[in-house]
Order: sequence, then C-alpha cells, then structure tokens
Amino acid sequence: MSDPQQPKSRRDLLKLIGRTAGTAVMYQAMVDMGYAATSDFTGPVKLSGDVKKASVLILGAGIAGMVAAYELRKAGYRVQILEYNGRPGGRNWSLYGGDTYTEMGGLTQHVRFDKGLYFNPGPWRIPYHHQGILHYCQALNVPLEPFVAINNSSYIHSARAFGGKPMRYREVVADYDGYIAELLAKAVSQNQLDGALSKDEKDGLMVMLRTWGALDKNFEYKMGDASSNMRGYDKPPGGGLDSVPVNSEPMARKDLFSSAMWISLFLNKTWDFQSQLFQPVGGMGMIGKAFGQALNGLIRYNCQVTGIKQDDQGVTVTYKDQKNGGKVETATADWCVNTIPASVLSQIPMAVSSRLRNAVDSLSYIPAAKVGLQFKRRFWEEDEAIYGGVTYTDQPIFNISYPSHGFFQKGPGVLLGAYAFASMNTYGMESLSAPDMIQAALDQGANIHPQYKSEFQHGVAVAWHRVPWTLGCSGGWSDENRARHYDDMCAIDGRIVLAGEHCSRLPAWQEGAVLSALDAIKRLHQRVLSA
Amino acid sequence: MQSIRFYSGLVLLTATLGFSGGAQAQLFPQAKLPQQTGEAIYKGVCQTCHMPDAKGAVGAGTYPALANNSKLEVSGYPVAVVIHGQKAMPSFGQAMSDEQVANIVNYVRTHFGNNYKDSVTPDDVKAAR
Repeated sequence: MSDPQQPKSRRDLLKLIGRTAGTAVMYQAMVDMGYAATSDFTGPVKLSGDVKKASVLILGAGIAGMVAAYELRKAGYRVQILEYNGRPGGRNWSLYGGDTYTEMGGLTQHVRFDKGLYFNPGPWRIPYHHQGILHYCQALNVPLEPFVAINNSSYIHSARAFGGKPMRYREVVADYDGYIAELLAKAVSQNQLDGALSKDEKDGLMVMLRTWGALDKNFEYKMGDASSNMRGYDKPPGGGLDSVPVNSEPMARKDLFSSAMWISLFLNKTWDFQSQLFQPVGGMGMIGKAFGQALNGLIRYNCQVTGIKQDDQGVTVTYKDQKNGGKVETATADWCVNTIPASVLSQIPMAVSSRLRNAVDSLSYIPAAKVGLQFKRRFWEEDEAIYGGVTYTDQPIFNISYPSHGFFQKGPGVLLGAYAFASMNTYGMESLSAPDMIQAALDQGANIHPQYKSEFQHGVAVAWHRVPWTLGCSGGWSDENRARHYDDMCAIDGRIVLAGEHCSRLPAWQEGAVLSALDAIKRLHQRVLSA
Repeated sequence: MQSIRFYSGLVLLTATLGFSGGAQAQLFPQAKLPQQTGEAIYKGVCQTCHMPDAKGAVGAGTYPALANNSKLEVSGYPVAVVIHGQKAMPSFGQAMSDEQVANIVNYVRTHFGNNYKDSVTPDDVKAAR
C-alpha cells in the first residue's frame, strides 16, 4: 500500500484498504478480520440517547417481538407485548409429553412422548453464521449442543431409483465423486481438454482426480480397496484372524446418473447447511421460554389483536382478551413494533398507508408439514449405526431426521418422521388430517426403516397452514413480489414498523426474525430521537 | 420466473431449472401440482385450509368457508383467486394448468352446497391469466 497514513484502528485500516484496493478486497479483509463472516449481525445493538420514556407496544411474542422488547427496554423504553398464544415463542416451539396442540378446524392432539423427549414443529437447527440468534442464546443462557446435519451413514432414498433401496449417504457421495473423476480423467488423458489446461494443470489434476475419486491405477472407478475406503465395506477390516476386509461394489454408473440423488448432496453444500449447526439443549422452544422469562411481566398472553390505529399522538390497538371471555380491550403507546405474520395481519384493520397495506396483502405463506414419531427404541442407532443427521427421500415426507442428542440411550426415542416444505407436494402432506399424516409418515418411513412397523408408539403431526397463529410456515416471497413490495413492508409507517422473518432476506429462519427486529428498532429509535 | 430460492430445509427449484416434473426420477418436490381432477385437487390442496367439509376455519386469522358461498356465483372470481391468490391464499397459477384450474373451480362451484350450473372452461382460465 502506498498510502503513508498509518491506520489507527481496525476501522481506519478497513477504510484504507477500501480506498486503495476496492470494496471487494475490503470485504475480504473484513471477513478475515471477523467483521462480515456472519449474517449481517455485527454485535449487540446499542440504542443510545434519551428516549424520554417513550412507550412501544409490540405485537407478537415470537423471536422478533421479544428481541425488540428486550433491546428497547434496555434502551429505556416502556415496553409491553400482546401475544395471541398462552406462551412465548411463536414459531419457536417444542412439543413435549403432556402438551396439547389444537389446530385450525379444532382438532386437538395430545402429545404422549416419554419424559425428556420432544419434537420441534418449527425451527430445529441454527447455522453457525446465524450470529444474531446465537447471541441471544448466549445472552439468555440457553445451552446449545451440536446439531448433526450431515451424517455419512444416513440414507438417500428414491422410490424411483435402485428399486427403492435406500443408499447410504457415503456410498452416494463416493460413487458420484468416483464416476465424475473417472470421466474427467478420461477426457484429460484423451487430450480433450488441451485447449483449457496447461501441461502442469493436467498433471496436477490427474493426481487429484485419482486420489479424490478413489480411482484405480488405470484411472477407473471400480470395486477395490480405494473405492471401499470411501464408500465403506461389505465387511470392514477387523482384528486377529478372519480380519480381511471385504470390499463393496459401487452402484452402476447409469443407475446413479439417471437418479437425482445428487440433489440431497447439493443441499448440504449450501451456505445454510454447512457445519457447524446447533440446537438448544432440550428443544428449540427453550429460546422462546428463556426470552419469556427475561421479559416476565411485559407480555400479555391470550390476546388476539383485532384492530390497529394510529394518529400523530400515538398508536391504539384493540384486542380480545381470550382469558376474559373475549372481552375487547385497548392498549396504547407512542410507537408500535408489529410482528404479526402478514397472513394474519392482512385480515386485521390497520391504519397505514396503502403501500404498506398492499405489501402485507401481497404475501401468502408457504406450506410445511412435520411429524414427530416416538419409537420403543432408537433402532436407527442400535440396528443401523446412524447417530443424528438427516435421511433424504423423494417421497412426500422428504426428510427423516434422527435426534442429535441422547445418543446410545436405551428405551424410546423421538425422530422427525417428515419435514415437507415449500413445494406442491407439501400440500399433499398438509392436506391430510393429523392421524393420516402420521400414518403417511409411517408408511413412507417404513420403506427406509422396516422397524417402523413394530417399534412405533406415538406421533404428532403439524401442518403449518393450520397453525392458528401463523396460517402457514413463512412469508412466501417471489423475486417479483419482493422487488415490488419488500421495501414498503419494512419501512416505518407513521408510528408503526413491521418486523419478523417476513421482513428479512432469511425467510423461515429465526435469524431473519432477529435481524429484522434489530433493523426495525434501530430505525425506530432514530425516529424517536429526532421526533 | 423464479431463480433459485433458499428456504430453511430445502432449496425450491422451479421450472427455470427444469424441475417441473419431467420423466427424470427426482428427489425434489415438483413445482407443478400432480392432481388433475377437481376432487383430487380439493383433497390434495384446498382442504388443508378450507377443511374437508369446506366450512373454513378460524384462528388468529380466518380461512373462509367455500360451502354455500355466494361469492362463487360469478365464476371469474374463484378463477382469479386460484390463479393470483388473495392475501393469505397462495397463488396457484404457476402450479396448475388451465385444465386444473377449471377443474377445481367447477368442483367447488358444484359441491358443498354450491350449485352453479355454468362451468368454467380451460379457455376461460387462459383468458384470466
């Protein structure tokens, strides 16, 4: 760098890099220095200045609403929250034995899981780069443990490939890598890539392909020591006599390539699912519970908002107090942070600009369905050596996920027997009644784990379009709709600002709710200070 | 056209990338609705929210009843709602063919206490897109 100025701080250094080397390099430097390595969470929010005891009414005690309340209270605001449910958390929610859940339409399920076992109908994993929600877990003393996302012993299953036989994740990875390496090595050795590669590159690539793809000395991917070292053995190496390993036979290339099993591998290569992921000890709902305790006394439960008005003096919200026979009450404040999902908010009269109203009305919520299943024993561990992780299938259940906790425990275990999400055949799951959805999860799961039939004990099914407080899983933004309405959804409208995952670019993630809430209250705070 | 969209749990690959339900075995859910008849579409999608008896449901928000619904009298209204969506109701225009939209609208308009004689054709749906 030619600039003689000596940087005095990290910020000065970054400015200097930005000036001399351009923003791309600055960004890289920021990543290296730990500034931008996360979502855009940059540390605890600091709302400084005299807020003169301004009051804020927060609608919704989900993650967004409780983050807003937590920080605004700290900044000196008078805060109150109205919540539809009788508990904090919103979509942050775990079901335990003894719980009941009543969905829209009136069906009530009684959860009969054994003590200590649970199921997360909503969010269930936290990527390491979701530093916002992780920050609040630490601030609220919510213990975290690893969430196993990728397990090489889990299965990839297609009803339309390999006669419906589930393949181990490691076999699919090894065989794709092997055959792709073999084909590429063939192209290189036949000089078909000479225009693209120098001699040195070719030499380097051939060494890499042979090792990476577990090719034999002829650069072919075949049954042998090298390939079995990747995909596993029919009989693994042992000790003493009779210890010689028996290699395994790779899948036929044409069968593998005409399947679509790669999709399950691809998913885990994406940013959201890269290691390390976490889960709260005892269920995702622990975060909501901890927030609720931290905000003890500020949250009024069982309140259904029925109208939102504002003028230049403040905000007035009417609500039905469901614990008091649906008596209509009002709450007032100087400002309002509104985290009610757009799917519900579009049905509530609200005095806002047509731009915000149109934005809210434009957003429907995507489908999602989850089933929790308790079995008499952890057969996936005992019989199949699967400890956590996810099995993928092209059946409507889409996922089976094994618990990332309680390994090797004897007795019952609960696994996620279905997680259908966001697609047309998710409606095929959601449209089933809860008992039928559990049965579908059992029938489809038994194609992968025959033990289902003899080991099943209890099930719980949640179709997110029938969840009374959200009417769907999460905001289903299309690119066009987002371009048209997203900024209006997030903009402060008079004395009201919206927040939640639907006001973020991390749809359906709790991190989206956190980041949205922090952004909303920072802007609101500036508005308050300048008012 | 949608590009790749990242949601929690799954990447939704839409018709842009050729995942709209071709002959390929697919691990990923399709972007097109597989059901064809009105009854199958109702049972496979609509009853999720509007309920098997089409009487709707109430929570923090409401799913309106389709049973005995006078708003269905003008067929263009349900056609438009199915294609374009309305508030919490998702749009199904991209997921359903003209025939599928006509089939589901005709089914609902002749069941659940509705008895509207004029049926919707795929051409009517095409014109409403």
